[in-house]
Amino acid sequence: MKKSLSMLLAGLMLVGTLAGCGGGETASNDNAGADESSTASGAAFKIGGTSPLTGDAAIYGNAVARGAQIAADEINAEGGIQIELKFEDDENNTEKAVNAYNNLKDWGMQLSLGSVTSKPCEAISTDINTDRIFALTPSASSVATTEGKDNVFQMCFADPNQGTASADYISEQKLGSKIAIIWKNDDVYSTGIHDKFVAEAQAKGLEIVSETTFTDASATDFSVQLNDAKSKGADLIFLPMYYTPASLILTQANSMGYAPKFFGVDGMDGILTVENFDTSLAEGVMLLTPFNADATDDKTVAFVEKYKEEYGEVPNQFAADAYDCIYAYAQALEAAGATPDMSNEELCDAMIEQFTSMTFNGLTGENMTWDTTGAVSKSPKGMVIENGAYVGM
Amino acid sequence: MGFLNHLISGISLGSIYAIIALGYTMVYGIAKMLNFAHGDVIMVGGYMCFCATTYLGWPPIAGVLLAVVVCTVLGVVIERLAYKPLRMAPSLAVLITAIGVSYFLQNAALLIWGSSTKSFTSVVGGDPIQLFGGQLTITRVTIVTIVACVIIMVALTLFTTKSKMGTAMRAVSEDKGAAQLMGINVNTTISLTFAIGSGLAAIAGVLLCSAYPTLLPTTGSMPGIKAFTAAVFGGIGSIPGALLGGILLGVIEIFAKAYISTQLSDAIVFAVLIIVLLVKPDGLLGKHVSEKV
Repeated sequence: MKKSLSMLLAGLMLVGTLAGCGGGETASNDNAGADESSTASGAAFKIGGTSPLTGDAAIYGNAVARGAQIAADEINAEGGIQIELKFEDDENNTEKAVNAYNNLKDWGMQLSLGSVTSKPCEAISTDINTDRIFALTPSASSVATTEGKDNVFQMCFADPNQGTASADYISEQKLGSKIAIIWKNDDVYSTGIHDKFVAEAQAKGLEIVSETTFTDASATDFSVQLNDAKSKGADLIFLPMYYTPASLILTQANSMGYAPKFFGVDGMDGILTVENFDTSLAEGVMLLTPFNADATDDKTVAFVEKYKEEYGEVPNQFAADAYDCIYAYAQALEAAGATPDMSNEELCDAMIEQFTSMTFNGLTGENMTWDTTGAVSKSPKGMVIENGAYVGM
Repeated sequence: MGFLNHLISGISLGSIYAIIALGYTMVYGIAKMLNFAHGDVIMVGGYMCFCATTYLGWPPIAGVLLAVVVCTVLGVVIERLAYKPLRMAPSLAVLITAIGVSYFLQNAALLIWGSSTKSFTSVVGGDPIQLFGGQLTITRVTIVTIVACVIIMVALTLFTTKSKMGTAMRAVSEDKGAAQLMGINVNTTISLTFAIGSGLAAIAGVLLCSAYPTLLPTTGSMPGIKAFTAAVFGGIGSIPGALLGGILLGVIEIFAKAYISTQLSDAIVFAVLIIVLLVKPDGLLGKHVSEKV
């Protein structure tokens, strides 16, 4: 019996180890079409990015690929600067991101869009730095993505800014008096926002009554976290996380009859497109995002129309961030007088100079500027979900 | 009141572990092999029910039945194709095959259903039951899960002790060779065990997804491992042991999360397992070898 038990435990450990890496082992091929590249006539700047075209963050990855493609098509149609785009699937997995990045280098990438999600982007940003390829990530928001790398820039807010801005917003709008936070403590994105949020909340005199965590392995059952928040009388739950766990939290809170206000960050974007998710549960959920698809300015209207026409859905902020990235590149390339035959080192230096000095107007903000750390300055917009759509607050 | 809420969450989670663990225990008891693909059969059950209710618009009960039928057939087919040819092989070969089947099922699910999360609609509708002026909430899924778990446990115990097939199962579990000499068809008996175990996995899958409503190709793997732990905890091969192990594991997990640390809950669960196995190497109820099924 002893022998067989040791076998059991050995087997258990083996499966445990394997299960750990099981998440992103394989991918379906039905999204392969998203690796689209627009072959422009004549010489074009080769811009590449790694992106979760499949896997648990596929909603972001595809949105970025599509938003960027729309921008590239528009710019190419104007006849000036020509852009050739390529996205490689990284499945939101760090090792795959490095492989995908190397594939892009083999392809001859001159400018990079980094990665869509934070962990993969951190993984490749060191290489980006040593390879001297300029990178502008649409949505990888962790600080470590840009820290210590002079050539990695962000189009989205950095995590600390999101945490700070969320706390400011909640206190200014008096959205809640007793706040609970559920955060994912094995994730750099969630942890980064949480830490800054807590610091800022204390400074603003917000009362945090409950702080609970989860990890990848325990991202299915939130009964304890929700019970804790409920028993401590929290009237607002802050959810610095991606949409998949958030959709579960909303469902479980509803099934236990608990209805506080929910406040999310940009990772919440996408929750309305989870298959078979009851969107009425997301009714009234607030989130901080730089992009409002319902805005009435010409640029946004035109982009939303085009996106709807081509892909049949309303673009989220990831699509808008990617769209802005391509336009920011176009503006910087034009200002620098860059030509496609320049090497990536030359382009890198030119881009660093441009991005730290230029002002950019895009879908996700007016008068954006970048500092030398690569962080962008723009103001977030508060949004609330009403009747299954985002509405500005 | 918080304590009671946590206790109920724990029993609910534990009941799901218990139903999965019953499948592990049945198969281990009879075929003396660890079917690591069990967790993935759960996932297939979840997807089947999801497809039937969401895409085809079937009523939930029909979805559950479809899941049970598909998983039962799947279990028997897996046994025939993957495990039966290895009946005389060393147990390590069978173990590795089981892990292979597990990955095969996960990847097949990825190909068929894609990798994006699907939100599962609970098969048990209705508002939660509120007690003590709303302080204590019990969801209907919880009640159904606990009741289903007890019914399954009782039914399995009766089946293995009273019915002819059940007696044959116990005989095979005691000694395959002797059972064959007594005129028992060992292959049929083992197939039947896989059929029952996989049918239970389908029910567990539907209940799991109803309580924690996301569906991914990897949905079954973590609960599968936890349930296997529960089966070892209670004494693998013992039907009441699987129930006891499952519920204890669920309650310990929830209490560890609620009162010690949400970050360390899994570490605590496995630490308890190690301590139990050090004291009782056969698991809590594992000593009655004659009761093995």
